[in-house]
Amino acid sequence: MTVERPISEDDLQAFLDGVLEESRRDAVARYLDVHPEAKARLVTYREQGEALREALAPLADQPLPAELSLNALIERRRKSLAGRRQIAAVAAFLCIGGLSGWFARDAVSPPAHGIQALGREAIDNYRVYAADTDRPVELASDQRGTLTRWVSERLDTPVQAPDLQAAGYRFLGGRLVTTPNGPAALFVYEGPATDRLAVMMRPMQIDKNRSMSEQSYGGLDGVTWSRDGLGFSVVAPRASSDLRPVAEDVRRQLSIS
Amino acid sequence: MTDMGKLIEPVIPGLRRYANALVRDPAEADDLVQDCLERAVARWGQRRADGDTRSWLYAILHNLAVNRWRALRRRGVMAPIQAVDQAFLSVAPAQEHGLARADVLRALDRLPDEYRAVILLVTVEGLSYAETARVLDVPLGTIMSRLSRGRARLASEMAEGAPVRTHLRRVK
Repeated sequence: MTVERPISEDDLQAFLDGVLEESRRDAVARYLDVHPEAKARLVTYREQGEALREALAPLADQPLPAELSLNALIERRRKSLAGRRQIAAVAAFLCIGGLSGWFARDAVSPPAHGIQALGREAIDNYRVYAADTDRPVELASDQRGTLTRWVSERLDTPVQAPDLQAAGYRFLGGRLVTTPNGPAALFVYEGPATDRLAVMMRPMQIDKNRSMSEQSYGGLDGVTWSRDGLGFSVVAPRASSDLRPVAEDVRRQLSIS
Repeated sequence: MTDMGKLIEPVIPGLRRYANALVRDPAEADDLVQDCLERAVARWGQRRADGDTRSWLYAILHNLAVNRWRALRRRGVMAPIQAVDQAFLSVAPAQEHGLARADVLRALDRLPDEYRAVILLVTVEGLSYAETARVLDVPLGTIMSRLSRGRARLASEMAEGAPVRTHLRRVK
């Protein structure tokens, strides 16, 4: 071993830390023998390392507090993950609920146009106006002419209240009402047991000629049809009477006029 | 207990010691260790299969500590050295020992963070140079130079604090 690498600072540090490879250890030892200042430095380092280890040792010897128990940490994490999964499941459920609600809207929401919409609108207007005991109509039967001109003008088509005396219904009067599909005329009648019957009519954008269909909604029955672009709906409380003959009567009268 | 437990649990005392030496506040140190363990448990599947658990854990802890220092320094909060020293002294068995410990720790506190970390990991935690390089995510050569400079700085800091200790010894 005539040619030796010069001793480096890294060698000295590794010697101090006891990780220098064996072949170099002797060389460093010989170097330190002839370099007392280097040896003194390493002795100082060793002492300060011992002081550090001694100063910090008690911290590693203390019993672990409960919050650093690995089992408790794992358990806590398991619970929080389970909780997060539950939240995710609820969120997914709500999302599905929202989406299915969106997709099912046609099934549960009222129809917006056409003959079915007309039937629904007539029932809604019956509930608000015809069922009103004090003031079911805007213009009473004694103003029939005014009423006819008013609603005909607003619907932009000639309409008039049918005469339902033969079916036992007395004409009370009528008004202009609102629907999502524009203004409509609502005529109100009273039966023998003071039960109310309403006939509503409005122009149709679609379903301009439809045969009679029946609606039932919220305790009210309706018979609805359309002819030549005008829609009709006869509404009365359920089972108060058979609406079909009344509706036939209305259709007959209005197709003549 | 799982593999995870067998590999992590033996390291926890050392992690606490390192955290305490870095932040010098027992409660905050345990908070750091707890954060570290939570992350380790959560990321157990993500660690390199060939990597050793010990340096992986020290790396998580070290990075948490560094982030916390930065946050504290941004807010202008410094470590309450006096309170910390008392906490350390309270576990010292004898007053003279206690004072010596306070000296070396106070000297260590005056070192730049990067020197302090290397000295602690190599000298106190007994990590190899390569493990220390992995923990601090710097090249091995950087570890060696920081170790050399850090030890020299610590020695000079200790020497500056020495007269006080000598004086107290003489009184005794």
